[in-house]
Amino acid sequence: MAATEEQQFPLPKILTYPASAPPSLIAQGAEGRLYKTTHLESGLPCALKYRPSKPYRHPILDARLTKARIAAEAKVLDRCYREGVRVPAVYALDAAAGWVMIEWVDGKPVRQGINDWLGERPEDGTPAASEDETPLVDLMKRIGEAVGNLHRTGVIHGDLTTSNMMLKPWASRPSNAGDKAKAVEGDIVLIDFGLATQSSSDEDRAVDLYVLERAFASTHPRAERLFCHVLDSYKPSYKKAPSVIIKLEDVRMRGRKKSMLG
Amino acid sequence: MALETLNLEHIPSTHRVYAAFFRDVTNSDFLHAQLLARNPDFDYAFIEASSVISRRHLQSAIFNALVTILDGTLLSATPHSEVVLSMSPNNNIADAYRRWGIAPGKTKDLIVVKPAAHTPEAMWAHLSESIKGTPVPLSDEEISKATDWQKMRKYYSLNSVQMLSKIESEEKKRQEMERLAIMKMALRGL
Repeated sequence: MAATEEQQFPLPKILTYPASAPPSLIAQGAEGRLYKTTHLESGLPCALKYRPSKPYRHPILDARLTKARIAAEAKVLDRCYREGVRVPAVYALDAAAGWVMIEWVDGKPVRQGINDWLGERPEDGTPAASEDETPLVDLMKRIGEAVGNLHRTGVIHGDLTTSNMMLKPWASRPSNAGDKAKAVEGDIVLIDFGLATQSSSDEDRAVDLYVLERAFASTHPRAERLFCHVLDSYKPSYKKAPSVIIKLEDVRMRGRKKSMLG
Repeated sequence: MALETLNLEHIPSTHRVYAAFFRDVTNSDFLHAQLLARNPDFDYAFIEASSVISRRHLQSAIFNALVTILDGTLLSATPHSEVVLSMSPNNNIADAYRRWGIAPGKTKDLIVVKPAAHTPEAMWAHLSESIKGTPVPLSDEEISKATDWQKMRKYYSLNSVQMLSKIESEEKKRQEMERLAIMKMALRGL
């Protein structure tokens, strides 16, 4: 299957050079493709994000947009990393060629973790009376903290969903929890900063939270009522967080767009 | 022969890189003079080993330099200067040479990198003849003996990174500093 995919999409030039293992296409979006490959040594996995040029754009504009977007994403990752927000580290990049190599994050997306936990639960989402929901609530709190940390550094993610958060397994803490609780264990690592911007206004931060809230409700309708725990732990995460929560009320009333134009 | 061939991922075999590590070098004046005189026999990138954190740090810089060589987008005059420049977090070539290049009279530990096709035997014969120092393996262990962390913190602006002070384990802290340095090199000029 991998072979047909690679025929469909020409590889970026850097990946046509020899490596110990062939790159594999992990994800494909409108703007770019994500490959899993190796950096420097065969034992160091990395993710390579490639933004191919768009044939319908004017070549000069195309080159400029690609370069600016790769650069912006790398700068945001650098800023987050230096501030201690858990994001993938940048290994290497070539903005003109449209690729950036970043740290490979082990684990699975939060979306999958939550779904594994919810399992076969009935539609209305009420747990059985005996069920202990603490591990899932803890996960919600970690999500709130992670987003709070991100906003504290003055970065807006722009596309917060449970698919753009990874659950990186805990290395140091040997888990003695049951299989079910294991599904929602791990550190939150935020990924995909392709739409990220730098801002510290309440409005932008509130919209970021609103996007997450809406995405969460549609991806995990059965766990929607637990979203309040995300906001609860977001609130004390940095100084201006409470006013962002208040702003979120306004955003909920009117939707994501402030101007209502376009 | 302490000359190592670096086979990096995603680098064609036509762009193989050779590297060697010498400690307690006594003739840095002479080597520096050869570079200034543009002696074609001394077509090497000489790197001050106290400004190198680890193998991965060095390899990252070499990889970044090779990418520009493969692209044909060199910012400096030669592949060798491109390796030295790739160690730097900014595009100032003079600055990069001052910090990562060979310093006459001062350099004790020296890493030699040659990013071009060459016969390793002849290169090694030439190096061992012209560099007065002790060849050692280019390993993390040997590199760490030479690293000057105070310089590293300054060059890669790590003193302003607050999250480092929260890390208790010394080993983990060094790991994070290595990564931050690599990120600084990758983001050079953005």
